[in-house]
Amino acid sequence: MNEFLELCVGTITQGFIYALLSYGVYITYKILDFPDLTVDGSFPLGAAVTGVLLVKGVNPYLTLLAALAVGAMAGFMTGYIHVRLKVRDLLAGIITMTALFSINLQIAGSNLAVDRGIDTIFSVVPGMQDIPLLYRKFVVSLVLAVGMKFVLDWYMKTKNGLLLRAVGDNETLVTTLAKDKGTVKIIGLVIANALVALSGAVVCQEQRAFSSTMGTGQVVFGLATVIIGTTLFRKMSFFKATSAVLIGSILYKFCIQIAISLGLPANLLKLVTAVLFLIVLVLGNRQKGGADHA
Amino acid sequence: MLELKHIKKVYNPGTVTEMCLFDDFNLTVKDGEFVSIVGSNGSGKTSMLNIICGSIPIEGGQVLVGGKDISKMKDFQRYRTIGRVYQNPSMGTCPNMTMLENMSLADNKGKPFNLGFGINKAKENYYKEQLSILGLGLEDKMDVKLGALSGGQRQAASLIMSTLTPIQFLILDEHTAALDPKTAETIMELTGKVVKEKNLTAMMVTHNLRYAVEYGNRLIMMDKGGIVMDKSDDEKEKTKIDDILDLFTAISIECGN
Repeated sequence: MNEFLELCVGTITQGFIYALLSYGVYITYKILDFPDLTVDGSFPLGAAVTGVLLVKGVNPYLTLLAALAVGAMAGFMTGYIHVRLKVRDLLAGIITMTALFSINLQIAGSNLAVDRGIDTIFSVVPGMQDIPLLYRKFVVSLVLAVGMKFVLDWYMKTKNGLLLRAVGDNETLVTTLAKDKGTVKIIGLVIANALVALSGAVVCQEQRAFSSTMGTGQVVFGLATVIIGTTLFRKMSFFKATSAVLIGSILYKFCIQIAISLGLPANLLKLVTAVLFLIVLVLGNRQKGGADHA
Repeated sequence: MLELKHIKKVYNPGTVTEMCLFDDFNLTVKDGEFVSIVGSNGSGKTSMLNIICGSIPIEGGQVLVGGKDISKMKDFQRYRTIGRVYQNPSMGTCPNMTMLENMSLADNKGKPFNLGFGINKAKENYYKEQLSILGLGLEDKMDVKLGALSGGQRQAASLIMSTLTPIQFLILDEHTAALDPKTAETIMELTGKVVKEKNLTAMMVTHNLRYAVEYGNRLIMMDKGGIVMDKSDDEKEKTKIDDILDLFTAISIECGN
């Protein structure tokens, strides 16, 4: 029983950490209506930067800020390529993602281990040294995921946030409001990829490892969680989309965990991810009745 | 005052489908004028509006507002002083945002979109007051998403939104064309009312000759990138639908339609 509880806590923790990525995908996919493949590159980018900085002895919290900054730069690149150089959205993301693969290798090599002796955000929690690591991870990631949810909820209510929502909803209106829709899109991509890189950074601190291939499939994961969340909680208007995405992320991690517990070989994980995503998409469309396809 | 001087507009330049629409096109619109523009398809009405708003590039000439050349300005920069209502009712509002959010966005035009709180609750009554001008009960739908409203209601909201902040020009691009006859009538009456109450300079493209005659104090007919009829004030008052229709038919016959 205790083992089961620990497994649940660990899975929810994963859900919290990856929810940061889901928020980012929510901004690009749901709000901006922009299929952003940069995610597969900016996620490991955040991890690579954090990993290298941790090894160099930088404060683990500061490394998160660094991850946010480099993620923002990755988002800016995609935005600039799409908006100013007028490359199609999907291709702009693919270009940045591909470039980032080499950049990540340059930063951290193909694999990087963060030594046990090095402090992470999970090991240096003030006043929590007596609590087992598993629960410390749970609390820290909960604070990060829920805290970021509130920050995003607040942002969406600001004038800038309203404009961001407007650009995905009706970009012609943004132009008639005398605002450059391209700049607003770039801002959205910057915020989204900063969050994705933050998620990568937290994953790196949690696993104490970076791998150059850790970004593969993250965009699919993000899309799946966003669609699970927003489809499940469509009817409940009091439920904020960010909360829906957060829960979507946790549910998804549970699905994967169940598959692993049933003895699924690790090599088939991405296959399961893809199939699960397909199921979510098809069920989501059924529920909508095809009336308004997102 | 708005001036179009020696405008040259060529579609698909350098290709076999090259088509010169405007060659030395000139038009002056004085402050306070409400210009109705009619003309057959392809006569250049919408192209002219798009040139004023900067939505399409021009090959030559100048667009002047108050004597200042704006032809080098980007479209979104020009909209600081221009309001626009489109033919498609869904172009002027955000479908997934509530009326209050839409009004707040429109009200913030010309001001910075910073991290200040987006919705000013204190102004909700002012928004309701503005919407009540329409007489459609939209003031009671502040928390309704615009996508849930009918085309006519959305077009009415677009009209109020585009004129909520002080603008110099209101551009109406066949804004009643996609509506049923009764709603079109309502929207047209509202347009006349809003333009009058806010004392706006307006340019309206329409295919409805009766609207063109009944509304506005200047009437222009365009054909093949030129102006073939231009009547103002008293002269316009005397113009009947039949006069316009005769000219319209004459032009169409020339074209072989």
